Amino acid sequence: MAALTYDARGLVEVDGTPPRVAEIEDGRASFDARELTTRKINAELRRLLHEEGIEDVTIHNPGARHSLGVGILQRCRITFDGSLGYFGLGLIDGPEVHVRGRVGWSACENMMSGVVVVDGNAGSLTGAAIRGGDLVVRGRVGARTGIDQKGGTIIVGGAAGSMTGFMMQRGRQIILGDVGPGLGDSMYDGTLYVGGKVKSLGVDCVLGEWTEADTEFIARKFRIYDLGEPPELQKFVCGKQLYNYDNLEPSERKLVL
Amino acid sequence: MCGIAGIISRDGDRAIGSEMTRMLQSMKHRGPDSTGYALYGPPSEDWVMRVKLADANAERDYDFAARLGRHKDEIERRLRQLGATVYTTVDATEYAFEAHFAYDGDLKALADRVEDVRGVEVLSLGHSLQIVKDLGDAETVSEQYKLDALGGTHAIGHVRMATESDVDISGAHPYWAYPFQDVAVVHNGQLTNYHHWKRRLERSGHRFQSECDSEIIAVYLAERMAGGDDLETAMRASLDELDGVFTYICVTADALGMAKDELAAKPLVLYEASDLVALASEEVAIRAIVDREIDTYDPFEGEVMVWQR
Repeated sequence: MAALTYDARGLVEVDGTPPRVAEIEDGRASFDARELTTRKINAELRRLLHEEGIEDVTIHNPGARHSLGVGILQRCRITFDGSLGYFGLGLIDGPEVHVRGRVGWSACENMMSGVVVVDGNAGSLTGAAIRGGDLVVRGRVGARTGIDQKGGTIIVGGAAGSMTGFMMQRGRQIILGDVGPGLGDSMYDGTLYVGGKVKSLGVDCVLGEWTEADTEFIARKFRIYDLGEPPELQKFVCGKQLYNYDNLEPSERKLVL
Repeated sequence: MCGIAGIISRDGDRAIGSEMTRMLQSMKHRGPDSTGYALYGPPSEDWVMRVKLADANAERDYDFAARLGRHKDEIERRLRQLGATVYTTVDATEYAFEAHFAYDGDLKALADRVEDVRGVEVLSLGHSLQIVKDLGDAETVSEQYKLDALGGTHAIGHVRMATESDVDISGAHPYWAYPFQDVAVVHNGQLTNYHHWKRRLERSGHRFQSECDSEIIAVYLAERMAGGDDLETAMRASLDELDGVFTYICVTADALGMAKDELAAKPLVLYEASDLVALASEEVAIRAIVDREIDTYDPFEGEVMVWQR
């Protein structure tokens, strides 16, 4: 195939061939990403997973580059020894990922399954529209964490910004720190657990009734991710007054709300 | 989309010209149309004024060079007429230059008199602030204006993807807070009560050189500071009075501050260390000057932070 030449402004890496720089030993691979572009890093990762059949890859010096580790659809173990930029680990289905640093905006967007553990902080839109798996951020996160979440679990060790759980549809979030204004705004379903202070609740987000199932769920997740003894948490759920839960006309719904 | 960046030293002078170039170049994908800098060098007794005689993409008719030469001469004449002692003028490009002069009169009168020359815009005026902005990416602008050699204590920069106004220098950031010395702003976002504030500030006697909403922020802050607010107080007030989605960075002669609106819709990543504070729309920009693993975070919605040099 002829080389692409469309990028006259120098914004895109046009060469998608893997650099073949990884060292492989005992079924594990590692490579240094310092001098590689985003496309080269992803190409090398895919080569190792798909061509070499490696199931444990460590990437050193990712340098906060964007869009790393996107679309990995198999069981494997990936370690990023450093931070990721925006849109990292999107659309993944199966991998177990450890980020020894922070992640930027929209990490794990549309994640289907697997586990992602981030040692540092995360930007806004963390876990946007995730459908399954566990996403653990040991630090703080920005705004709109789990926006449009459809499943899975998001655990945050620190504080979270505004509109956490915005338009959430299913799944669970455990926020151990404070959360900003508009928690659970316009959520359809799902559960939000908060350990710190809640600045304000969003539209149709209400306190939920604590059950034995909640206690069991929290204890299990804390045990799996070695988070210590669970603190006292508040539970928030959808009040189910806003969307599609009645036969009211819009004018009637205004009166009800 | 646009990208913004800021850096302030806690440890004396740095190579802020080359550092800001590296930060902005790493965010070229956020805005390749134009690049701008506000650089704070060592304070000078003299005034430093950066002037644009014409836009970079102005039509080059047969009289272009001669006309700009006449306009530059006219500016120097007007400065002297107002009582300024002009020491030097240095051409940066065929359509921009900087002037160093002594002056103890009214700054607004001086800026208005200079800008009364057709096509002329005062990009910056102060004792340490120098605003440089032009079309193209950071490396292009830096090479054109020889910014690698510039040292100083703090700087902000902007890469622009033109969305709501033309690709020209007038639409490029940073914006000087006319007519207040040494204040500049870069902004990522949109102000939805732009016309309200433009009319209000125009009634107070301020002029605007562009149709860009970001220019409002600079003048708004400077007017509040002229009224007695410190930078942080003025920035906090802006969160209540400016509508829209915005993250902006403001610099004065001795401080740098950031503000994020209550929706936190525009990104900003922050790195604080003992020797510097760096902030940018993307962490890759900070990594361009700090080449090691670092701990960064996003400021929350409605946050205002200010650092002194």
